[in-house]
Amino acid sequence: MTTARAGGDASAAPTQADVSAQIAELAGRPQRDQPRLDYPAYRSSALRHPRSELQQVDPETVERHAPVFGAVDADPLDADLTARHGGEPIGERIVVAGRVLDGDGRPVAGQLVEIWQANAAGRYIHRRDRHPAPLDPNFSGVGRCLTGPDGSYAFTTIKPGPYPWRNHDNAWRPAHIHFSLFGRAFTQRLVTQMYFPGDPLLGLDPIYQSITDPGAHERLIATYDHGLTSPEWATGYRWDIVLSGTGRSWTE
Amino acid sequence: MSHPSTPGQTVGPFFHDALPFPGGEQLVPHGDPRAIRLHGRVIDGAGEPVPDALLEIWQADERGRVVREPGSLRRDGYTFTGWGRAATDNDGRYTFTTVEPGPTEPGAARFIAMTVFARGLLDRLFTRVYLPDDEALARDPLLAALPPARRRTLVAASDAAGLVFDVVLQGSGETVYLRHARA
Repeated sequence: MTTARAGGDASAAPTQADVSAQIAELAGRPQRDQPRLDYPAYRSSALRHPRSELQQVDPETVERHAPVFGAVDADPLDADLTARHGGEPIGERIVVAGRVLDGDGRPVAGQLVEIWQANAAGRYIHRRDRHPAPLDPNFSGVGRCLTGPDGSYAFTTIKPGPYPWRNHDNAWRPAHIHFSLFGRAFTQRLVTQMYFPGDPLLGLDPIYQSITDPGAHERLIATYDHGLTSPEWATGYRWDIVLSGTGRSWTE
Repeated sequence: MSHPSTPGQTVGPFFHDALPFPGGEQLVPHGDPRAIRLHGRVIDGAGEPVPDALLEIWQADERGRVVREPGSLRRDGYTFTGWGRAATDNDGRYTFTTVEPGPTEPGAARFIAMTVFARGLLDRLFTRVYLPDDEALARDPLLAALPPARRRTLVAASDAAGLVFDVVLQGSGETVYLRHARA
């Protein structure tokens, strides 16, 4: 599958065409609403996916409960990523809001939501991020909040930029915000990424495309919502998150 | 009709400034008389350490109670919340300081529930860390459903300070990972 580019040496990284061919090979396969763990187009997955099938198991007591978070864990200021430093960060100010629901559509109330993201230039503050784009002294790209009684969450932040990575030659990640979520049961734990509508990089990205069911991967794309946009301040994106199952076995 | 769930995605390489937090790996302080160390390595399919993995544990207290206490992210040094989070170091090693969970029901095998995240791992994995030398292991439905070589991957070893548990993502000695039914 991997071919050297014309004039390149045999050890050259795969091209986008190589990776896109690998993506096309598996595209459209139904996959339980989850990414394929064994996904050759995402090269780092090669040695990091289990070869055995997941073992089906009935959850035990501890797995039917989830850790509890409260006001002590998340300060309301943590939900505004633009207000943590001395000045305004560079970039397009946005509000990202939605609800966290269970598989029955019931709100998941009072639970922890954590996010992290690149800045407007596509740079993380992380020490291993070597992308030669500017850091922003007014933006660290980390936030958290608790969901409200209706499962709602809202963050004020900056629209992240796309950034290059080394999966293949000329590889770029679509703009995204990482989300970490808890439900009412340990089994509902979710870490995922939210994407933006109309991003031309989505079709080329092996992480996004690892969810081979098209209906499923579209659920990771936020919707532009003019009702969330506020005059003279910020544009708004809405993204609802549905955790697997109901996590209700311990409450009712 | 259930709502279709939101798919997972990899935690990626850049979670260290967001998810780990001071005291995350200390469910009890080091000096607590109940404290044990749960430690080990995260290993990939080539037997190499995984330096950019993140583990979370969730467990009952020493009396088998599933506590419902907030405050994991800002620990007060007194409240056992049952939940912790630890990133691996450059050698793929992790450590938690915690207590041995008691049985949540009389006669139930004791285990610590664990979630595994890593760059290169497209979705989280669930597993269990069973305590060794527990006569209830023989009655555990999950362990009974596994061939012996697979069963062994879920049972921690003992050392002087507590428990040793390696997380093998792939290949020889691959840890058993779980899909929960009716959850």
